[in-house]
Amino acid sequence: MIVRLEPRATAPRWLQAALTLAAIVVALAIGAVILAFVGGDPVRAYLHIFDAAFGDIGVLSDTLVKATPLILTGLACALAFRMRLWNIGAEGQFLLGAWGAGAIVLVPILPAGMPAFVVIPAMMVAGALAGGAWAFIPGILKARLGVNEIITTLMLNYIALAWLQFWVFGPWSEGGFQQTGPFPREAWLPRLTDFAAQIPVLAGLTTHLGLVFALVATAIMSVVLSRTRWGYEMRLIGDNARAARYAGINVAKYVIVVFVISGALAGLAGMSEVSGVVHRLQDRISPGYGFTAIIIAYLARLGPWRVVLASILFGALILAGREIQPSGVPAMIQGIILFCLIASDVLLRYRVRVGRPAEATATAPT
Amino acid sequence: MAGPQGTQPRTSTPLAIEAVGIVKSFPGVIANDHVDFDLRVGEIHALLGENGAGKSTLMNVLAGLYRPDEGEIRVGGEPVQLRSPRDAIAAGIGMVHQHFALVPSQTVAENVLLGLDRPRFRLDLKRTEAEIMSLATDIGLRVEPSARIWQLSIGEQQRVEIVKMLFHGARILILDEPTAVLAPQETAELFENLRALTDAARSIIFISHKLGEVLSIADRITVMRAGKVTAAGLEPEGVTRADLARRMVGRPVLESLERTKVEPGAVVLSVEDVTALNDRGLPALRGVSLQVHAGEIVGIAAVAGNGQSELAQVITGLRACTGRVVVDGRDIAAGPVRAAIESGVGHVPEDRAGVGSAPNLSLIDNLIMRRFRQQPITRGPFLDASAARSKAQTLQGAYEISAPTLDTPVRILSGGNLQRLILAREIDAAPRLLVAVQPTRGLDVGAIEGIHQLLLDLREQGAAILLISEELEELLALADRILVMYEGQVTTAVERPSAADIDAIGLHMMGGEGADSAIDRASTVG
Repeated sequence: MIVRLEPRATAPRWLQAALTLAAIVVALAIGAVILAFVGGDPVRAYLHIFDAAFGDIGVLSDTLVKATPLILTGLACALAFRMRLWNIGAEGQFLLGAWGAGAIVLVPILPAGMPAFVVIPAMMVAGALAGGAWAFIPGILKARLGVNEIITTLMLNYIALAWLQFWVFGPWSEGGFQQTGPFPREAWLPRLTDFAAQIPVLAGLTTHLGLVFALVATAIMSVVLSRTRWGYEMRLIGDNARAARYAGINVAKYVIVVFVISGALAGLAGMSEVSGVVHRLQDRISPGYGFTAIIIAYLARLGPWRVVLASILFGALILAGREIQPSGVPAMIQGIILFCLIASDVLLRYRVRVGRPAEATATAPT
Repeated sequence: MAGPQGTQPRTSTPLAIEAVGIVKSFPGVIANDHVDFDLRVGEIHALLGENGAGKSTLMNVLAGLYRPDEGEIRVGGEPVQLRSPRDAIAAGIGMVHQHFALVPSQTVAENVLLGLDRPRFRLDLKRTEAEIMSLATDIGLRVEPSARIWQLSIGEQQRVEIVKMLFHGARILILDEPTAVLAPQETAELFENLRALTDAARSIIFISHKLGEVLSIADRITVMRAGKVTAAGLEPEGVTRADLARRMVGRPVLESLERTKVEPGAVVLSVEDVTALNDRGLPALRGVSLQVHAGEIVGIAAVAGNGQSELAQVITGLRACTGRVVVDGRDIAAGPVRAAIESGVGHVPEDRAGVGSAPNLSLIDNLIMRRFRQQPITRGPFLDASAARSKAQTLQGAYEISAPTLDTPVRILSGGNLQRLILAREIDAAPRLLVAVQPTRGLDVGAIEGIHQLLLDLREQGAAILLISEELEELLALADRILVMYEGQVTTAVERPSAADIDAIGLHMMGGEGADSAIDRASTVG
């Protein structure tokens, strides 16, 4: 008996969804085996994770807080990946976005005492601009000189972190600590708990306005990709850049613009995180959102709304995983999920045939 | 290492190879349905058929690349199991593919050694070269073992592939469309070489879909259609081209197309003193000037690599150039591709899958590729999906593009259908000028006929057409004027070309008067 792989012409849509779910289930099963092996009780562990992420409205709110930067960075990656631009630099663009947003109140660019409806939009613009500018560097290098964007975006992550550290340890340091002073209240994104006076049930819920930014960005991206000329042009470039050029599309310009928008989304994520959660700059504002975003974009198969779903799943893993272990197991499960997803792609492109070879009955070679 | 073991008369009956009842199916298709095929020692047996008829599948079975579901292969009367190309070559079967498997930077001798178990350790190139020379001389093939592959012409490279297979011990050669890449004179030379091979008791399976060639070279002809043999072992004396064409496509094919007289109108395309570089930065066009009028088909005849591809790219805006490219009075030489599209330049590119289409996108997306900026498909920033769908539906019906649905990715279309899709898209835009490059390459007789008809219809509607083709017969059938390009220049123009001009055109394609005394040999191609 042999197992053969035969290429398929097309894969039905349901198969994609089923395979994605199956990959997650298989990944969790592998994780369970490892948990059992090291002496844990996998069933209890998973139930605990679920409970700690979705058990009540309080933890659900925390899960959404974790999901917010993941959605924005996930969209950043998904957008670039659709054009086969491998932006591995969402992490650095996130940090630059946080830095840019912080600059508004720390330099300060706006004088103190400005109202929130001025400060917050200014921080959004600054964050998006800083992230976009950071992504412009690999974009123009790729478009003009054909420099490999994987290398440049990856390396720029380290520079971005060093840049942030310079400001946090140096000019903006609060009394020599590795962080800045807290932002003034008008630079804080409104949270649900801020409305507890009117609606008591919201007390203690930390979900902030950044989630709305993320959902609006998702909606816009979804419409642009599926309904507009730009979405069509990006689809063409992503599938066959030479055909896109033949269709009269300026591919180099698209490479730069898409890189900048991708960076701006990641930058907005950074702004949302410092303004909505941390309320100050530190060098450790990201536990690797920009890298998790790569897995999320992949898990979502580059669909904007699916990015939201995947981000909530990963938000839960990050949040509740800490209940098991501060690091280690949750990161491992993330890694296994990505691994299973990539492996499941084989089944999308090939069908498996199990059968007995016809030749087995024939005569031996001469 | 098999050397020549004395020649046997060509009429002898022993069979070199025999395939009996071969069945090979792929998901959804039976590529070979109980196919029988035999090859006598010392003969050239042509295998004729449309694309998708099952020729390549059968040959891949004989070459050890596919294993048949049913059936038996016998070599010299003994059943054999061919599990890999290595088994096939051990049984004396060697295949020369359309795309050569040669390493350009290495010498002929080094390439010939590739795939052999020798040398075990120390490479004695001098000895190998001598062995290759003696084998080639015995068989009457000219090769230079120390030459590097990149220095050789396509015809010479093909000869290296043949010598390589012989050196590996092949007594049965399978040649997959060997003339597709050759100029007429090179074809004539190939045919001489093949005859020399059969005189040295080698046997040849010659795959082709060019009827004229098959009739002039084959001892016997087998025709396949839709996975089955429709005519086995025909003698070329008894059959006509029309016979063969009918057996290939299953219906009579009109070989000479109806051409109405169209009075050429105003100049639509004027190329003035254009120079351009190729992808490697070397001069590809050296001062080309030409004009195409409305209602006229101008053919460009050239052997691959003489600047004709770059000419098409320059006119359609895909390649930078100096000089002027004027379409209806507007100079688009400097402009982006969009300037060409907006000036009404349609383009059927040479590379259908690599340039002319986006393989993983749907029929709809591919059909609107060059007109998505126009009403009614575009509405502000939005694309109107239903307008795009109805446009695609109309085109699919009008141009008979067969595909499961409009949402099917075009990569699963056959070559002929993909080309119809591209033509539908380009012609529907009502171009002032259509630049068609190799529009029928690799297509079968039925598909070629349809595409020729589309081009003639477009000409009748008053469009200017620049047709770039390596098929002289195609140019003769369609063109009002043929320009020959050689090394980046237009060297000759032939007005109202006819079959009588074929030798002269072929000679100019090879570089003019100095190019060998091949003019009499080229007549085998007619």
